[in-house]
Amino acid sequence: MDITFKNVTYIYQKNSPFEHKALEDLSFHIPSGSFVAIIGHTGSGKSTLIQHLNGLTAPTEGEVQIGEFKLTNEEKPKNMKELRSRVGVVFQYPEHQLFEETVARDIAFGPENFGVAPEEIKKRTKEVLRQVRLSEELLDRSPFELSGGQKRRVAIAGVLALKPEVLVLDEPTAGLDPRGQREIMDMFYELHQQEGLTTVLVTHSMEDALKYADRILILNKGKKYMEGAPEEVFTQREALQSVQLDVPEIVQFLSAFEEKIGVKMPFHNQTIEELALEIRKIIKGVEET
Amino acid sequence: MNNSLIIGQYVPGDSLIHRLDPRTKITIIFFFVFIVFFANNVPSYATLILFSVFAMILSKVPVRFILKGLTPVWFLIIFTFILHLFVTKEGQVVFEIGAMTFYSGGIIQGFAISIRFFLLILVTSLLTLTTTPIEITDGIEDMLEPLKKIKFPVHELALMMSISLRFIPTLMQETDKISKAQASRGVDFRTGPLKERVKAVVPLLVPLFISAFKRAEELAMAMEARGYQGGENRTKLRELKITKLDAISYFIFILVVAILFATRTYG
Repeated sequence: MDITFKNVTYIYQKNSPFEHKALEDLSFHIPSGSFVAIIGHTGSGKSTLIQHLNGLTAPTEGEVQIGEFKLTNEEKPKNMKELRSRVGVVFQYPEHQLFEETVARDIAFGPENFGVAPEEIKKRTKEVLRQVRLSEELLDRSPFELSGGQKRRVAIAGVLALKPEVLVLDEPTAGLDPRGQREIMDMFYELHQQEGLTTVLVTHSMEDALKYADRILILNKGKKYMEGAPEEVFTQREALQSVQLDVPEIVQFLSAFEEKIGVKMPFHNQTIEELALEIRKIIKGVEET
Repeated sequence: MNNSLIIGQYVPGDSLIHRLDPRTKITIIFFFVFIVFFANNVPSYATLILFSVFAMILSKVPVRFILKGLTPVWFLIIFTFILHLFVTKEGQVVFEIGAMTFYSGGIIQGFAISIRFFLLILVTSLLTLTTTPIEITDGIEDMLEPLKKIKFPVHELALMMSISLRFIPTLMQETDKISKAQASRGVDFRTGPLKERVKAVVPLLVPLFISAFKRAEELAMAMEARGYQGGENRTKLRELKITKLDAISYFIFILVVAILFATRTYG
């Protein structure tokens, strides 16, 4: 589903001394099937933006269009449930939303609410369990006796079981160990490619944004600060640093390399292996002359 | 977040009312609640209204905001007014609609009670609007001090109060967060039959209780780790101090009480 924001402004507690503008005149477009990373400092409006994606909040001004669903201040889609079944949201620390007696029932909770047939739910449960790499033995256990990482996977499975077309991820790896982080991000990426999902990832990690996203949107104080392909955005070091954001390690390396060695190497979203080959070429060139 | 729960939310400021000692504010409001019921004619009500409005203006809290905070109680005020209109059968008949007769006494009574109600809520919400929860508990702890003589756990009570007050916003945020997460999984808290809506509360309450218990445990542990010990010999970060401002406030209030008792009708 295509996602379009048109001049969206969102104000918390309007007309009170606590009035606060979370989003201001925000416009962007996410084409169906793309992987977008939203980056911004704490309080930049990322979480508020996410809540617009499945109609939890409606814009104070402007218009949000998700597929055929339109959200404005006056107008909410009548079939909100359908919108929510097609846009799956993994919130920050999703394990906090677990509540059922067994893992199986917690995973089935979402699909049940959206009226999926019991047989189909069983099928999906097995499938998502495999996707998040949990064994089926856990199905009858209480989610509260699992480890932190397992709880997170169960909660994610509960969202994946909705079979959404759009997957919204709000810092899905926060608080996990490095290996768990990698596994979960790789899993999301695999799903994104296999199922042709539209994925929106909110993250603090420039590395993740660089590795997975094909578009980057940078927010600052509720406004759009930058938008573009990773290689466009991440080469603007000064602009990023002025909003307290870093560039990915590989970009940092390239500029340090240029400073120390005096050879300029362009950044074109190469992997570390490709970079190593490029460097080898340069060194060889130096040796031969 | 929930806009209707604004009633009594602290509004930061540096007005004269903000700077008053919490004990002064609590004492004056305590007695105000009593004397409101002594007013019984136009001048005595006018005195009370003048006093409340004066305090409201001094507090510099936006009027629009105070009125908005009163929205949940408007219903109650209007309800009592209508009740009096129908029930009180004193004075002269003012008008009749069908079988209903309205008496002048009913209208006057209704007005009087509504004003009392309004004043009570206005003044008490001024307290919470201009005083931080911590100041209020500090004030209450200090005022309950004499009860320590009969082994009443004043300090512990105050601590419990301040901790619960401190965690109300946190709990509200948590509720907001979890209800949004569950709404994303298809829970409908707003529509549908009552039975369904009650059932929808379970996925909200279970995670809320779990996180509240976890937080309480963590807090207890953190306090112990920092060697917390209540009661004796504990010094305070903010010392309460009675200033000239407080003396003036008491003076004004006593004046108001005097005028009230001078103008009200007896017998």
